[in-house]
Amino acid sequence: MPNRTFFWFILPTLTTMILFIALPIVSVFIQSLHIEHEQVILVSESCDPFGCTETTSVDTEATEKLRREQPLGRFNGLGTYINRSHLAFEEVREAWGATDTMGAFFSRILNLPFYKALAFTLTYTFVVTPFVLVLGLAIAVGINNLPKLVKGPTIFVSLLPMIVTPLVGSLILFWMVDGDGIIGATLQRIYDDNALSLKASPALTWIMLIVYGVWHILPFSFIVFYAGLQTVPRETLESAMIDGATKWQRIIHVIVPHLMPIVIFVTLILLMDNFRVFEPIVGFSAEAHAQSLSWIIFKDLRESANPLYSSAGATSMMTILGVAILLTPVLIRTWRDFRRRSP
Amino acid sequence: MSLRNLVIAGAVTGLMGSAAWADCGPSGQSIRILASDFPAIHAVAGTAEAMCAGAAAEFTRNHTTEAREIMNAALTPNPAEYTSVIVANSTLTQLMNDGLVRPLNDYVEKYGAHLEPHQMITIDGNVMAVAFMANSQHLFSRSDILEKAGVSGIPSTYEEVLAAAEKIRAAGIMEHPLVMNMKVGWNVGEVFNMIYLAHGGEFFQPGSAAPAINNEKAIAALSIMRSLAEYAHPDHLTQASNETQGLWEAGQAALGIMWGSRGGVILDDEGSSEEVTSNTVLSGAPTVAGGSIPAATLWWDGITIATNVGDAEAEATFAALVSAMTPEMVAEHNDDAVWLIDGFKPGPAAAGVAATATGGAMSYPMIPYIGLMHNALGAELVDFLKGAEGAEQAIADVEAAYVTAAKEAGFLN
Amino acid sequence: MATRAESRISPLVVISTALVAVWLVIAAFPFIWTLWGSFKVQGDFFSKADWRNALYGVHTIQETGNASTGAGYQGAWVQEEFYRAAMNTSIVVFFTVVISLTIGTLGGFALARSGKRYAFWILMAALVFRAMPHITLVSGYLLPFFEWNIWGILPTTIVVLVAINQPFTLWMLHSFFLNIPREMDESAMVDGCTRFQAFRYVIIPVMWPGVITTGLFSFLLAYNDFAVTSMLLSEQNETMIPKIASFLGTTQVEGNVMFAVAAVVSATAPLFMLVLFFQRQIVSGLTTGAVKG
Repeated sequence: MPNRTFFWFILPTLTTMILFIALPIVSVFIQSLHIEHEQVILVSESCDPFGCTETTSVDTEATEKLRREQPLGRFNGLGTYINRSHLAFEEVREAWGATDTMGAFFSRILNLPFYKALAFTLTYTFVVTPFVLVLGLAIAVGINNLPKLVKGPTIFVSLLPMIVTPLVGSLILFWMVDGDGIIGATLQRIYDDNALSLKASPALTWIMLIVYGVWHILPFSFIVFYAGLQTVPRETLESAMIDGATKWQRIIHVIVPHLMPIVIFVTLILLMDNFRVFEPIVGFSAEAHAQSLSWIIFKDLRESANPLYSSAGATSMMTILGVAILLTPVLIRTWRDFRRRSP
Repeated sequence: MSLRNLVIAGAVTGLMGSAAWADCGPSGQSIRILASDFPAIHAVAGTAEAMCAGAAAEFTRNHTTEAREIMNAALTPNPAEYTSVIVANSTLTQLMNDGLVRPLNDYVEKYGAHLEPHQMITIDGNVMAVAFMANSQHLFSRSDILEKAGVSGIPSTYEEVLAAAEKIRAAGIMEHPLVMNMKVGWNVGEVFNMIYLAHGGEFFQPGSAAPAINNEKAIAALSIMRSLAEYAHPDHLTQASNETQGLWEAGQAALGIMWGSRGGVILDDEGSSEEVTSNTVLSGAPTVAGGSIPAATLWWDGITIATNVGDAEAEATFAALVSAMTPEMVAEHNDDAVWLIDGFKPGPAAAGVAATATGGAMSYPMIPYIGLMHNALGAELVDFLKGAEGAEQAIADVEAAYVTAAKEAGFLN
Repeated sequence: MATRAESRISPLVVISTALVAVWLVIAAFPFIWTLWGSFKVQGDFFSKADWRNALYGVHTIQETGNASTGAGYQGAWVQEEFYRAAMNTSIVVFFTVVISLTIGTLGGFALARSGKRYAFWILMAALVFRAMPHITLVSGYLLPFFEWNIWGILPTTIVVLVAINQPFTLWMLHSFFLNIPREMDESAMVDGCTRFQAFRYVIIPVMWPGVITTGLFSFLLAYNDFAVTSMLLSEQNETMIPKIASFLGTTQVEGNVMFAVAAVVSATAPLFMLVLFFQRQIVSGLTTGAVKG
């Protein structure tokens, strides 16, 4: 395709992406290299319905003046990236020096917010992704074998976990897994343990989040695989059958290789989405036992009175970097395919 | 007049109302209000709209749960998106940090004759907001269960709360008689705040942003929290108001530290049984460690006026909003809140907040960097409460997290 | 397709059918539970005393005199005027899907047909763009949008949703176009069509299924979005999901959770129709689409 034509075809989509994603990413990156101006603090007295106290306030005029001189704030280089809330170089070095065993070292490291979040994020990503891939394929094969008549409703029901908004879906599931809820109470009965609580133990919370994650995203992989199954060439299947391949062998040797491109696409999306896991943590109030990188960003932007943009920016940049590292194998393969295709 | 007097006077003055006629200030202005989404705020803003929308060229209200997230960005441009934001202690600081709200002294003089002096939120002599309602945490007790367990009277200190909880447990009535909003994040930070303040603790060194929480008072506050957690529902680290209220209404708790604003819905006839509602007693927040300060943080909600709007718009907005703060409005919405406005008749649901305020509890501090401290507390105390680390380590972590954030925000170097 | 060898009941078929059955129960159970519970009062549906209350409606009988009540629906639709939010959602979803697909197909087609190196890098960039957490993006939008006075209105939100959605749309459609033989449009061009005419008259007719599938995902994103819509829309223009969130209450004030539950159930109904209606196209769409990595 000539460059000119390409340009006009790609222009609208590229414009929206540059305006609303690329430019913001650049500005977030620049922001992450700066920290706020020194705030000029005044001692003052504040009075409210309940009495007066001595307090402090920001001298906004003086601070504004500083801000005007340097609109971006003070340049901090990669300072924010390596402070305690992020990579915490200093604390890691200190922990390395102060501990004798690897176990003690890691327990000190996991006390740091970024590494704590990273541990859960990676565990979640690497457990949920394979489960979703395998189960999605298995269910797709299963539904494909069903009689035509029931396929439609079955597909709708299978899509339900993805359709119901997580906002309320997790609220209801959160109640269900409560000690008094239907799932929680049933588990207590099964294990004959009245104190069993999915919400109070770190391990059970992780399992709960992972199970929810699989449940919620399974429809995506299922529907894509199901469609992929329709494209398996009948001749190949039939010749495999003539060769005496069992159903199982056919799945392994014919269907899976044929679906490989789809598997890669789904893996790509799953890795990316799972690495950014956020909604289940908030939905299940699981912050006590599980935190993720996206949750840290949320905390920096939403929970503190005035948002910590640099901090959130640094974590966002590292999220992008993390996704890029995770996807590298997939991307190299895409590059090879691309080279093969290009004239 | 303090809140104490107001509570008493409110009952007496009752229907002694101000004139029904409202002075809406300059006419033909645009009034645009940003507020959270709950009944008391709807009552004030709605009344203002009914009174003054006719005189204004435009009257819009945006009630959204995300008000806090968008308010700073919304008020920054000139002209600002909104002429007024309805704020609370913490959000006023958030706006003042960026200089986005204006002093109201002149407007108060002109339109505020019917306002009470205690409604004025003043910082260095400037009225920055006009409060209209109050809220705080306080103690909820089930008198029938306390009696059955042999506890006489309603506990008034945390030590008594713990002793009562132990008696209830020992009597085999409930294994976990206590409910508290200890959800990790804002809620658990708030629990620390109130117990620490009741110990007489300070968050910062005077006149600076340097943290001052590494002391025995903080350790003592943490040890109280851990003891309370012993008797709280096993899932306490995931429980906020909705969950604690649910447990209470289901009759699964005998002692609770919950928000006063939940008192009304707990006492009503929905979601609970007669046995629970008729025996629920609302009382002031307990004191701790022999101190006299109730362990609670007092909150108010009030109106502010944006800096970056025209003076006539600002004046009209102020006039409209204070025109709603009348005994008539309060009479109509009496049970929607603990009103700070003349004419409020405290019902049973307001008893806890009133007792806490009159007992001398502290306000949630209006300090520019308190949000960062609160955030650090909310995130770093959890390991201690899970028993994974000691109190000293937890406090050190909080301090380190706060200093990191305060440096980034420019409060510390 | 049903040859004798296939219709024999093998253990694999039994296992896979059992798996599907188990999955269907797991997938549908929370929804059916919600559907049933949406006709109860909050004290039953979120009972802390006994979960069986949600089945029998103990409190519902106490409070309304009947074992089921439409109070949640009444409250959400009549009292809280949920239909306004539903209308705003339809506008947002309609335009988001249409615009996403229009510019996405153009871009995806170009990427699939260009062998140039920059095409690859655009695809890679799109992936990086997709990796950016939405919450950071949205916080960054706030101030400029207020300054340009475009905050709070539907078009802004639509454009943002389209932009956020583009990387996925582009990847999916690009893979889809790779499967349409290059010869099709090339022969049309030999017959004298311009590139755009070839796209318009040759490619568009065969690409509907793929577009519909991609559209389904765009639809779900716009329909279920909370991060963007909650921050960028004023109350007048609020869509369904932020409206549902506002029913949930805050730390200090109790919400109307049953309104939210009823609203969620009602919000699922149009999706049910939609999925049933498009199900055939979805599948055939992905069939020819055969997304490739």
